Amino acid sequence: MKLRMRFGKEGIVKFIGHLDIMRYFQKAFRRANVDITYSQGYHPHPCLSFASPLGVGLESRGEYLDMEVNSFDDLEAMKDAVNAQMVEGIVVYSIRHLPDQAKNAMSIIAAADYEVGFREDMVPCDGEQLRAAVESFMSRPEIRVIKKTKKSEREIDIRPLIYQMVVQENGKIFMQVAAGSATNLKPELVMQTLCRLESLEENDYAWLVTRCDMYADKGNEQTGRQLVSLEDFAE
Amino acid sequence: MKKLALSDDILLKIEKPARYLGNEVNHVVKDPKGKIRFAMCFPDVYEIGMSHLGIQILYDLLNAREDVYCERVYSPWMDLDAVMREKKIPLFALESQDPIKDFDFLGITIQYEMCYTNILQVLDLGGIPMLASERGENDPIVIGGGPCAYNPEPLADFFDIFYIGEGETVYDQLMDAYKANKAAGGSREDFLGMAAAIPGLYVPAFYDVAYNEDGTIASFGPNRDCAPAVIEKQVVTDLSSVRYPEKPLVPFIKVTQDRVVLEIQRGCIRGCRFCQAGMVYRPNRERKLDYLKEHADKMLNSTGHDEISLSSLSSSDYSELEELTDYLIRTCENRKVNISLPSLRIDAFSLDVMSKVQDVRKSSLTFAPEAGSQRMRDVINKGLTEEVILKGAADAFAGGWNRVKLYFMLGLPTETEEDIAGIADLANKVAKTFYEIPKGERPGNGRVDVVASTSFFVPKPFTPFQWVRQCTDEEFVAKQKFLSAKMKEQINHKSMRYNWHEFELTKLEGIFARGDRRLGKVLVAAYKNGCIFDSWSEFFNYEGWMKAFEECHVDYAFYVHRERSLDEILPWDFINAGVTKEFLIREYKRAHEEVVTPNCRQGCSGCGCRAYEGGVCYEA
Repeated sequence: MKLRMRFGKEGIVKFIGHLDIMRYFQKAFRRANVDITYSQGYHPHPCLSFASPLGVGLESRGEYLDMEVNSFDDLEAMKDAVNAQMVEGIVVYSIRHLPDQAKNAMSIIAAADYEVGFREDMVPCDGEQLRAAVESFMSRPEIRVIKKTKKSEREIDIRPLIYQMVVQENGKIFMQVAAGSATNLKPELVMQTLCRLESLEENDYAWLVTRCDMYADKGNEQTGRQLVSLEDFAE
Repeated sequence: MKKLALSDDILLKIEKPARYLGNEVNHVVKDPKGKIRFAMCFPDVYEIGMSHLGIQILYDLLNAREDVYCERVYSPWMDLDAVMREKKIPLFALESQDPIKDFDFLGITIQYEMCYTNILQVLDLGGIPMLASERGENDPIVIGGGPCAYNPEPLADFFDIFYIGEGETVYDQLMDAYKANKAAGGSREDFLGMAAAIPGLYVPAFYDVAYNEDGTIASFGPNRDCAPAVIEKQVVTDLSSVRYPEKPLVPFIKVTQDRVVLEIQRGCIRGCRFCQAGMVYRPNRERKLDYLKEHADKMLNSTGHDEISLSSLSSSDYSELEELTDYLIRTCENRKVNISLPSLRIDAFSLDVMSKVQDVRKSSLTFAPEAGSQRMRDVINKGLTEEVILKGAADAFAGGWNRVKLYFMLGLPTETEEDIAGIADLANKVAKTFYEIPKGERPGNGRVDVVASTSFFVPKPFTPFQWVRQCTDEEFVAKQKFLSAKMKEQINHKSMRYNWHEFELTKLEGIFARGDRRLGKVLVAAYKNGCIFDSWSEFFNYEGWMKAFEECHVDYAFYVHRERSLDEILPWDFINAGVTKEFLIREYKRAHEEVVTPNCRQGCSGCGCRAYEGGVCYEA
């Protein structure tokens, strides 16, 4: 049986890396008596998979973890039991039952929302200037950047991968960008490029990035993109 | 939300920021106000320190008191070390993130000699005067314990108190004394006086040493009435009636010992003559089976760990091992928990158990004959014969194993070339045992992998070899080269590998293991020369150490390469560690006569530890 959990990771746990969070949940599920399915063999490992790793230093209110269980009773009670085992900063928002044929979050993720705030005293410009900069940035027909990977360097146009980008009432930047194994756009790269092209002071450390949610794409060639939160997507 | 001592930009720049956050599962949160604040330190990197059982025991024990808040501190890794120095950030405890200099106590566990410079790092970064004599009323009381406290003298300058013995025994008394002294408006000196009167606690400032012209000790004794002439080791009589952590800390990052650790017994019945732990942790005391079952379940429930390991010096000697492993196999099967069984003697029973709990194909078997010839094994009282080893190997091969590790020491007292050649011979015989199996029936890929490793012998205090000289660098290298050549001469050399340790670290370990107070200044000089994390090969700075000895005009050969006479006053003679000097001398002589001494279950050898009125000495 497949379950999907949505959780948040905020505060000091943002310094805990992805692999450590994976191990953390393996142990938390044991403590909470979640009946996780294990692989066979001498060193059985629990069947868990995360939608997308979150970089160290980033916070999130929309992380997803899919798990295989042998049995479960009441999902609300399971959520409470898991929450009782969490450390400060990690909160489980929901656990949902997925149909058996449902694909893993990892394979269907298509987009993610991020909110980017600035540290105190590190705001690059006033709100109006920032708004203008983001508008100018988004009105560009193409935004070419050099994307470095371990193997190669190539130039790509990231403009089509930025679905939305605005400055919110609270002064933070909101962006919705492509995510997933095929095309993944990191919010840091968007911010660096924004600063470079719109002549804002660039300081990687100034940004406080929060992932807000992740989406699957229900659309097809006719309908175009139809993003659905992974929390509501069960196919 | 918890406030951190380090800013985000620092945490994002350094390796593994999780080392410095605290916030782990099962960490203790208390309001520090009005409590005795205790910073418990393991002077090495987080991953090593968090793996240490003793800290978990003391953390649990001290926090069980409502009036104490015990937190943890480890050595900052070199990347953060540099940042803290540059930005003048004082070393802090993980839980509250408060500077340790504001604590009442800094407790340091001293597990190996090569962490001594890290102790200085902790004090230095902590903003606590390195020398106990320079600390004032507002500085923490620095207290040390652990195996190296059995010869605390090289560290005497840096500690206010040493705790000789097991943590469960007198920490309560010490905390009570601290409170009483505070309430009475007493000074630091007053408190140290009260501490000195508590059994097992040694206040080095209250003792004076005089030396002979040849550098040996002329006299050693207290310089005031509150300090006893002899410090008595404190031990727990009944290990099934003391606290043991039920909710051990679960780190976020992978640490060395990332599992539930179940301490099944303390001490060892064997009496190997080179082994300090086997002597100072006497008498052997087992925990009751029910106690262990209950704690195994509680700790697995509270941690969610996927592995449990037994801790003891010699698990095979635990008298109810079969019942215990049966229980663990049953409970862990359901939980999908792995069992790891270190320090098992290889025999039919242990092979059977191991085949149940691990993948035979992937694991290797470990034998620790320690010496290559029967004569040498008799000298060190390692009651393991070639016959037993080869029988164990044959059984293991029949059970499907084809990888064997063999551990030996080079430089043992009275060692000859013949003894060393015996190591190569034994490794070869193990391989030969494998190839005697008909070709089609050999396990694995049909080949055996025998890895022999040697370390260099370091004589330790409170062992029958505490008087013997340690080999020089040249002697060690010659022995290792001789063995390398012998290994290559063996018929089965293609199935054999040989690993050896470096001698530089061994020499330093030897110097400090049996050193005295005059080495304190060498430690400071070495630290100033940049020596730190000495047990990490990437940081080990041999030149820095050698320079420190020169700068301080200390001839280290006096400590390490000198044979002591049996009547010399040794720096640690003021400690009663249980085993009497008469017993150690008897064992020293029997070693030279190549006579083995029976283990504690076979018969009492009168080591002196019956005095503790517990454990194996009183088994029916």
